[in-house]
Amino acid sequence: MLSNLKSGAGFRLPRLAMTAILLAFLAGCATSPSPQGISDPYEARNRQIHNFNKSVDTNIVRPSAFGYGAAAPGPIREGIQNFALNLGLPANILNMVLQGRPGPAVESTARLLVNTTVGLGGLLDPATSMGLAEDPTGFGETLHVWGMAEGNYVELPLVGPSNDRDVLGLVMDIALDPLRFALPTAEANTSTAIQILAGLGRRYRYSETIDSILYESADSYAQARLLYLQNRRYELGQTVETGDFVDPYEDPYGQ
Amino acid sequence: MANDFTRRQVLNLGVAGLVAATAALALPRGAWALDVGQARGLIDEVVGEVNRVINSGASEAAMLVQFEALFVRYADVPVIARSVLGPAGRSASAGQMSAYSQAFQGYMSRKYGRRFREFIGGRIEVVDARPVKSYFEVVSTAFLKGSAPFDVRWQVSDKSGRLLFFNIIIEGVNMLASERTEVGAILDQQGGDIDRLIAVLQQT
Repeated sequence: MLSNLKSGAGFRLPRLAMTAILLAFLAGCATSPSPQGISDPYEARNRQIHNFNKSVDTNIVRPSAFGYGAAAPGPIREGIQNFALNLGLPANILNMVLQGRPGPAVESTARLLVNTTVGLGGLLDPATSMGLAEDPTGFGETLHVWGMAEGNYVELPLVGPSNDRDVLGLVMDIALDPLRFALPTAEANTSTAIQILAGLGRRYRYSETIDSILYESADSYAQARLLYLQNRRYELGQTVETGDFVDPYEDPYGQ
Repeated sequence: MANDFTRRQVLNLGVAGLVAATAALALPRGAWALDVGQARGLIDEVVGEVNRVINSGASEAAMLVQFEALFVRYADVPVIARSVLGPAGRSASAGQMSAYSQAFQGYMSRKYGRRFREFIGGRIEVVDARPVKSYFEVVSTAFLKGSAPFDVRWQVSDKSGRLLFFNIIIEGVNMLASERTEVGAILDQQGGDIDRLIAVLQQT
């Protein structure tokens, strides 16, 4: 873990960031244990935010995404998505270093170099076909690697499902993003616009899945919460071989 | 952390691996190997049948009927239905349970069958199968057009007397758990009335 601290200290971090990192170290250095079940003490407030998010989706995001999907042909949307992923790579690399994973950090650096040059500034993604596929990460995962537990379920306005740890991770990702320090204001604004377009593109591409959760479930809040928690734990390698396993033969009436 | 093994831990793992390998060699080529192969074969068959229906060019309504037939043939529908309903099933009569199971089977086939378009031009490949506790897990990878490959796991059991799948886990998302949430929410909305739940499932 010391190597993490050293490499982390190489960057000039704002005081808030340093404090958060130290707190995370105090939380312990072993990966947090696999969580089970659902911890949702903020449910009443979360449900209000969920209803707000749903109405934003119905009235703004979903129609905009379908407008974008109709206006921009597939290859253009894909280019925007590639470009947005490429912009996220410096932050990913920083997090991989903080997680003590030099291998993926090197691979993502190679990916950044290939896609920025051969991939025409990131519009194309030749790196994936070279075996350097996108390996998404963030400060939420870094906190997980440092031993912080996921905490309670949280639904964030406009962002959607999250948990205590990933909320802190999101704040840190915004604070630490190397692009924020590297890009002048105009370019940073362009980068934000690209991220928004890419978000609309994903809302369009996964519209069947998202619509089925938001508009076809009997309880879209509970369904989104379950899907998020299970998928997030899976992403972090907290596989549910023992925890969430449902054996319908052992206890067919049990919960 | 997985990559923080000390030399001793690595050594211990090596020894454990050697012991396991020796034990595996010493044991007769037993029932496990055969059953793993059968579990894998079952899912290979399901995937093949689903692909055949999707690429048949039949109308959506006709496909949904065929998906339901496949679901009945390859999945343990009564056990899935009962597990999804949970404790509410205890107070149900035998007639209600069988009507519910029938309604659930149609609801599942329509719900998942309607998503078939996403699979056109894609494929699912079975990559591995292994015994886990009292069941088998068949690991497959889905390659769909325009998305990165993703992990689909099938849980298979022969406790019904036949080898059937009872759960599907897509990138960690568990179908049984998801349907428990959904059917539980419908049941709550219907005031806990199973007959009304059945009516909703028939229309969904």
